[in-house]
Amino acid sequence: MAEPMGFFTDTTVCIGCKACEVACKEWNQLPAANGGANTLSGDSYDNTRRLDGLHWRHVRFVEQFDQSRANGRWLLMSDVCKHCVRAGCLEVCPTGAIIRTEFDTVVIQSDVCNGCRDCIGACPFGVIDINPVSGTAQKCTLCYDRLRGGLEPACSKACPTASIQFGPVSDLRQRASARVAQLQRAGERQAYLYGADDTMLGGLNSFFLLLDRPEVYGLPPDPKVPSRNLKPGSLWSAIGAIAVGLLGVFSFRTRSRTTEVEDESRRVA
Amino acid sequence: MSPGEWPSTLFTASPHWRWLIVGYFFVGGLAGGSYFLAVLIDLFGAREDRPLARLGYYVAFPAVLLSGVFLILDLERPLRFWHMLLQSHTWRPMLKTYSPMSLGSWALLVFGFFAFLGFLGALREADRLRWPWLSRVRPPGLVGSLVAIAGGVFAFFIAGYTGVLLAVTNRPIWSDTPLLGLNFVISAASTSAALLILLARRRRSIGGVQALERFDAAVLALELVAMIALLASLGSMLRQWLDAWGLLLFVGVIVVGIVIPLLLYRRPRRLRPSLRPALSALLVLVGGFIFRMVVILSADGMGRPL
Repeated sequence: MAEPMGFFTDTTVCIGCKACEVACKEWNQLPAANGGANTLSGDSYDNTRRLDGLHWRHVRFVEQFDQSRANGRWLLMSDVCKHCVRAGCLEVCPTGAIIRTEFDTVVIQSDVCNGCRDCIGACPFGVIDINPVSGTAQKCTLCYDRLRGGLEPACSKACPTASIQFGPVSDLRQRASARVAQLQRAGERQAYLYGADDTMLGGLNSFFLLLDRPEVYGLPPDPKVPSRNLKPGSLWSAIGAIAVGLLGVFSFRTRSRTTEVEDESRRVA
Repeated sequence: MSPGEWPSTLFTASPHWRWLIVGYFFVGGLAGGSYFLAVLIDLFGAREDRPLARLGYYVAFPAVLLSGVFLILDLERPLRFWHMLLQSHTWRPMLKTYSPMSLGSWALLVFGFFAFLGFLGALREADRLRWPWLSRVRPPGLVGSLVAIAGGVFAFFIAGYTGVLLAVTNRPIWSDTPLLGLNFVISAASTSAALLILLARRRRSIGGVQALERFDAAVLALELVAMIALLASLGSMLRQWLDAWGLLLFVGVIVVGIVIPLLLYRRPRRLRPSLRPALSALLVLVGGFIFRMVVILSADGMGRPL
């Protein structure tokens, strides 16, 4: 297998230009939503709102201002599939459409997916959704086709500030740690990495440098794999089945015996 | 709720499972539950109860067929339904033992086979089919008993795996408790018993209905305990149900679907005896449907504000 590849998104240098969104849409030929009708969300400059089957990159705008709007700051983050080492979507997919590639990325094969939508609810980050054009679940492929051709993904190529950095995950982690140290030396004590180590879902191959709690950026504070409930859920179901079975045996066994006694009484009479 | 208090499951997206899945969960539960009851009566019931067992087989097979139709129609690409069973690139079997949906697809196929056998056996016993060898696919013979036990295991699986499937996601409520499968198994048993009681009412000579009523009352008591355990296991996530869905769960499922039928089964004096089991059974069926509706549809809209 080739070296694991991924993204390091440094949110401190994101300027909210959305070049990544546009580049992603262009390269992956993702159509506009609502037939191209221009709908404004009213939420800052964010009209994409969330990742889904038609938006594989999403620039989030967080405005942290006081009432007078004289003091405050912008937090900007280009969100994307995390390409988890322990990927919930890959765990539950019943068709084998979701695979791990030679680059350690997670890709949905559109010609295999039948649109059961199990992966949508299993993703801890709400990344996947149905592409209404293909009728299949879709998300960022980390530009698998470009990687195969020796190119870097379209979004990181287009990013004008190097907020999105692409490369081998081990290199990215070193670069990210150095950047956090640099920010902290400069007085930005809140800077930290989200998903850069193995503790979160075995590691996120697409991880982030953040300045506030994950929830502020729309990221879950404690994402988990869906399979955590497989054993306890199955065990409790089996216990329920045994309890119901015993109640059934008891109800009908009693009746069976009663009927036998009645038959015997009739014969004696 | 401030951002710091949002549980991680609220950061996920809804799979948009709606009425077809509600229908599947309900009908699939009836298929598994009816088959299980038919097997139970075949193995442990009196001879006079066999027509009641036949009713169970008559329900189970059409219900499992309908379940398959619901599931296929719910796919975004229904013609690719077979991708659940065969790898589309290699034609090899597609089975993931750690994916409840993958296991469930196979279980539905295998259970469909057992339900079909039971259906044929029931038709044979009622003299609707001529082939005498069909009598062997139902107890009391050795082959029939083995078929019944194996089919019964798959019936339970079909009744309960749907709850485990919901738990093996990251959606709020669904993945916040391991007890949905337990509740679905018990509810499948109570609704199936209720359906058989209702169907048997039209044929007064059928034996075993009183035993079925006793069974349903006992299962309802168990269901009440399991429901309380389910709500308790949700912890702080129970707040998500402090809305119209929660009210529907309390009134439609707990009061109408469990407590009132339980009282009607146990204290029949206030109602005409002939009406009592039918009303109880009807309420149990309504409650069982509402339970699945609330569990599936209420989670659809849950999430943090964008």
